[in-house]
Amino acid sequence: MSGHVFHSGHQELHGITVVLDLEAGGICIGRFDREDESGVHLLNVSRHTAGVDDPSPEAFIRHTARFGVRADEKAVVLPPASVLRIRRLSEFDSAVP
Amino acid sequence: MPYDPRLVQPMRDEMVRMGAQELKTVPEVDLALGDQKGTTLVFVNSVCGCAAGNARPSLALALAHQVRPQHVVTVFAGQDLEATSRARQYFSGYQPSSPSMALFRDGEVVHMIHRHQIEGRPPQAIATELAAAFDRYCATSSV
Repeated sequence: MSGHVFHSGHQELHGITVVLDLEAGGICIGRFDREDESGVHLLNVSRHTAGVDDPSPEAFIRHTARFGVRADEKAVVLPPASVLRIRRLSEFDSAVP
Repeated sequence: MPYDPRLVQPMRDEMVRMGAQELKTVPEVDLALGDQKGTTLVFVNSVCGCAAGNARPSLALALAHQVRPQHVVTVFAGQDLEATSRARQYFSGYQPSSPSMALFRDGEVVHMIHRHQIEGRPPQAIATELAAAFDRYCATSSV
């Protein structure tokens, strides 16, 4: 994944708002801080649990892309094995329909 | 806790140089954003180097566009806390982020650029998006 590193010594995604697809089926959206042996560290995180939360995961991501991240949790660490995929929130269309 | 004012002063100065009016108090925000007519761009400034370092230059580039908002104002997140909180009350329905930019027309948010739409993007790309929004929403009210 390409991108700018604005703080020397930090990882490429540091400071970038990302969408994490979780192995258990949920989604976390938050600002990437770092990744280490304990997992992916996110700040100001919004979560969606598939099959529990409405709307659908896709609609949740689109809504967040348009209206911003509702920071329900200040900081979250997601174990490496629980994270299937990391994408930038900016990849998702936030255009007004 | 706000940063040392001396540290953020250059970031304030950068906004003023491009013609933005700083709003540091709640009454100043209400005066600028209450009962609006025409077009106003609100820039939520930030010390964050990940995004604000590109956001400010992008607005400077966009303001060189022929069509631009009638008013450009700025609040400083993490610094002028009450003013920023008040300004965000006018962005009904949008989650707070900084830096961010909200374009108003007659008191309604017609275009929003969140922090996640600024991160990692070059200033020219953000400026192009802003200029397109200016063309769409400010064309009949440009100064």
